[in-house]
Amino acid sequence: MLAAIGAKSIDELFREIPDSLRIKPGALNLPPALDEGRLMDHLVELSRRNVNLTQVTSYLGAGIYDRFIPATVGAVISRGEFLTAYTPYQPELSQGYLQTIYEFQSMIAELFGCDLANASMYDGATAMAEAAIMAHSVNGRGRIAVSGAVHPHYRRVLETYCWSMSLQVDTLPPANGLTGNLTGIGPDTACLIVGYPNFFGAIEDLSEAREAATAAGALLVVVADPVACALLKPPGHFGADVVVGEGQPLGVSMGLGGPVVGLFACKTEHVRRIPGRIVGRTKEAHGERPGYVMTLRTREQDIRREKATSNICTNEALMALANTVYLAAMGKNGLRAVAETTVRNTQYAMRALGAAGASLKFSAKVFGEFVVALPNGRDAAEVRDRLLEKGILAGLPLGPYYPELRTCLLVAVTERRTKAQIDEYAAALGEVLA
Amino acid sequence: MSVGKQVPEPALIFERSRPGRVGCNVPVADTPEVDLAIALGEVRDELHLPEIGELELLRHFTNLSHLNYGIETGFYPLGSCTMKYNPKINERTAALPGFAMLHPMQPESTLDGAFELLVRVQEILAELTGFSDVSLQPLAGAHGEMTCLMLVKAYHEARGEGAQRHTVLVPDSAHGTNPASAARCGYEVKSIPTDPHGNTDLAELAKALEGDAGRAVAVLMLTNPSTLGLFEPNIVRICEMLHAVGGQVFCDGANMNAMVGTTRPGDHGFDCMHLNLHKTFSTPHGGGGPGCGAIGLKPHLSPYQPSPVLLRNGEGKAMADHSRPQSIGRVSPFFGQFLMEVRAYTYLMAYGREKIADISRHSVLNANYVQERLRDVLPPAHDRPCMHECVLTAEKYKREHGIRALDISKRLMDYGFHPPTNYFPLIVPEAMMIEPTETETKETLDEFCDAMRSILREAVEQPDLLHNAPVSQVVGRLDETAAVKTLDVRWKPV
Repeated sequence: MLAAIGAKSIDELFREIPDSLRIKPGALNLPPALDEGRLMDHLVELSRRNVNLTQVTSYLGAGIYDRFIPATVGAVISRGEFLTAYTPYQPELSQGYLQTIYEFQSMIAELFGCDLANASMYDGATAMAEAAIMAHSVNGRGRIAVSGAVHPHYRRVLETYCWSMSLQVDTLPPANGLTGNLTGIGPDTACLIVGYPNFFGAIEDLSEAREAATAAGALLVVVADPVACALLKPPGHFGADVVVGEGQPLGVSMGLGGPVVGLFACKTEHVRRIPGRIVGRTKEAHGERPGYVMTLRTREQDIRREKATSNICTNEALMALANTVYLAAMGKNGLRAVAETTVRNTQYAMRALGAAGASLKFSAKVFGEFVVALPNGRDAAEVRDRLLEKGILAGLPLGPYYPELRTCLLVAVTERRTKAQIDEYAAALGEVLA
Repeated sequence: MSVGKQVPEPALIFERSRPGRVGCNVPVADTPEVDLAIALGEVRDELHLPEIGELELLRHFTNLSHLNYGIETGFYPLGSCTMKYNPKINERTAALPGFAMLHPMQPESTLDGAFELLVRVQEILAELTGFSDVSLQPLAGAHGEMTCLMLVKAYHEARGEGAQRHTVLVPDSAHGTNPASAARCGYEVKSIPTDPHGNTDLAELAKALEGDAGRAVAVLMLTNPSTLGLFEPNIVRICEMLHAVGGQVFCDGANMNAMVGTTRPGDHGFDCMHLNLHKTFSTPHGGGGPGCGAIGLKPHLSPYQPSPVLLRNGEGKAMADHSRPQSIGRVSPFFGQFLMEVRAYTYLMAYGREKIADISRHSVLNANYVQERLRDVLPPAHDRPCMHECVLTAEKYKREHGIRALDISKRLMDYGFHPPTNYFPLIVPEAMMIEPTETETKETLDEFCDAMRSILREAVEQPDLLHNAPVSQVVGRLDETAAVKTLDVRWKPV
């Protein structure tokens, strides 16, 4: 090959790099290479230094959920044709992926009760921040009102994005586990953001949120749990302008929170301002056969550069494919069964933990998750650690996020839990509290 | 009638739906029944999701996968995208329950192995790039760019120059994400031209840095090697010019594959950079995501990096440091694309110190081989040794035969190859940007070059073969204008 190029050595090909900037062979301080067998052993060993959720019974949720994943999901997303493809810029070679994205968009729009959905975003938190920025681009207003009952990490991400764009974030303090006083929304508010259910598992009154946003001329952005939307009236039916959410519960591994997938659905009137990719159905230019392409491309960075609606140039296609396979495998009845089992387990756990000495902190209706207060001023982190010794991951201590909730645990109960496990949790909690 | 290959049109999954079917063994509750209306309030009744059996479901997606082209299907010389082989062992390590079954909000005391892995990735990337700090919180390349600009912004603000420095300089050859990320951070964008040799135009850059204009510059975003596939020989001088007026220099790391183990952007004078682990470090592209960004920083930007910061404590134990008062905050909710970091770590440990430079050396060798084998039919935009990719121009075919780069690309599909990147960088007419990567053999490169040469003969002798291509795929060229006009982005129940 060097002879064909007319070079004497590979080094000669690097001659435009000044010598002073070249690394001498072996000069880098890196670990030695491992052969494939030893490499696997090394990774297994590192992985064993964690406690993973197959080793404990988990009641930890807070945006990432331990839900059942059908075997078909892994089988499909590990196919090399999907796993190792690039963005479908060449539609003739990418009809398979493009069709699955069209199916994904259809399912997410249906689940959220919206006109349409995009091809996905990085994750729920950045999808929410992008929705806020889209609202700003729609009405030109400079303040974002976010419920304090939205996931605290999502709000941190929102604050970072808004700081860099000189937008102001107004956090509405929660009251009894719900978005409190909505009077803080005013003529400068670009959008109101609420959770559904919110961070505490509580089901917000979206009619009230819609009215408050409309009165102020602001958009309504809802951060929704897609599994809850199998049973709850979907946010789009309340007139939400944008519905975003975390798609991880739909067939994606928890994986320490990444990669996961952001869901983004909205009203048709906003379609030209949405961030990210969108796939459309069309037909051949010189034939009649239908096919799929990425569309409304003039919103995107590679064409519009600094005038693009967002700098995003990936979606989470592989995770969106996992969502698509999951939703197809579950179907209407399966997803409702997952959601209903979640509700039954949650209601049972609320009673069981109450009987063990904890009390429900809030009175709102919940889906899948709830807040308990521990008696006698017990620190929730300390109780969580004691229960972990018994093989139970009891939930999330809320003190670091809400100092006034130092004695509270956020408890999630998915369809994966059983009555016996919940009884065991209640018994162990009773012992720790005694 | 289709202009493509005559195979049945694949049905939508919704069209395969039959009432009552289900595609998995659905979870069953053993807790007491509840009245959903009492527990939840209003319950929805309609939910139009497909109802399909497990085998039909698998056939649906398997058949769709056959209509898709991946690296494992064939050669994928897509310039600027680094479509290298994604080793299978990476998929095995990322699937280990000790990684895949971790919850991001479980107690940090139970995440010893995960933190150790993340810190090791940071240490290896810092050594390869020449930066003091690496953050893995950004979720994709563009997200990493944006994070770097935020750090630059925080740095200037801390020095009382936040309002004064409102401009970002971007070469005219840059990726679109650069100006888009700058706009996203509230900056104005100013374009810097490329000189006739393909380098940054130093005279124009000097003008942009003069007087008040220079004092308004926050950062120069530079891709090195450039999107022309060329190493910027004046890079040290350029960084000095920016620093002299108080500006910063960001390296777009899209082209890091040319530099791994050979040269380090930190040594060139850059203040920060982003990496695409899905390009350089072999994490799969997944059909357009998940991406995986990482950023490298010099010490003066370190105080502002996203929180929490993963580092080693005094005893060398990996931990998450949440007490970062000057941090810009979180750019993502958890620890970044963790399972992608597991894959990247597996990849890096397979190369190790002995073989790591092979990545850049073999990718540059392969690109120069393709450039040389096509030179007489498709000349390079700049006659210099290329780095990991070559940018060729098909201008002659457009002028003389009415054949565009796009036509050549579509015809390549009929020869069984994925096309190169077309029309980028924007400053090269009828650009064809070819990045073979280091994981291809000479035989594959020869087959590709033979196909290109054959197509370019067809361009002269039978141009319609190119205008009508592709004819081998499930569809012919699609009507993208109609897609926008009659917007159809979802299936709706009838």
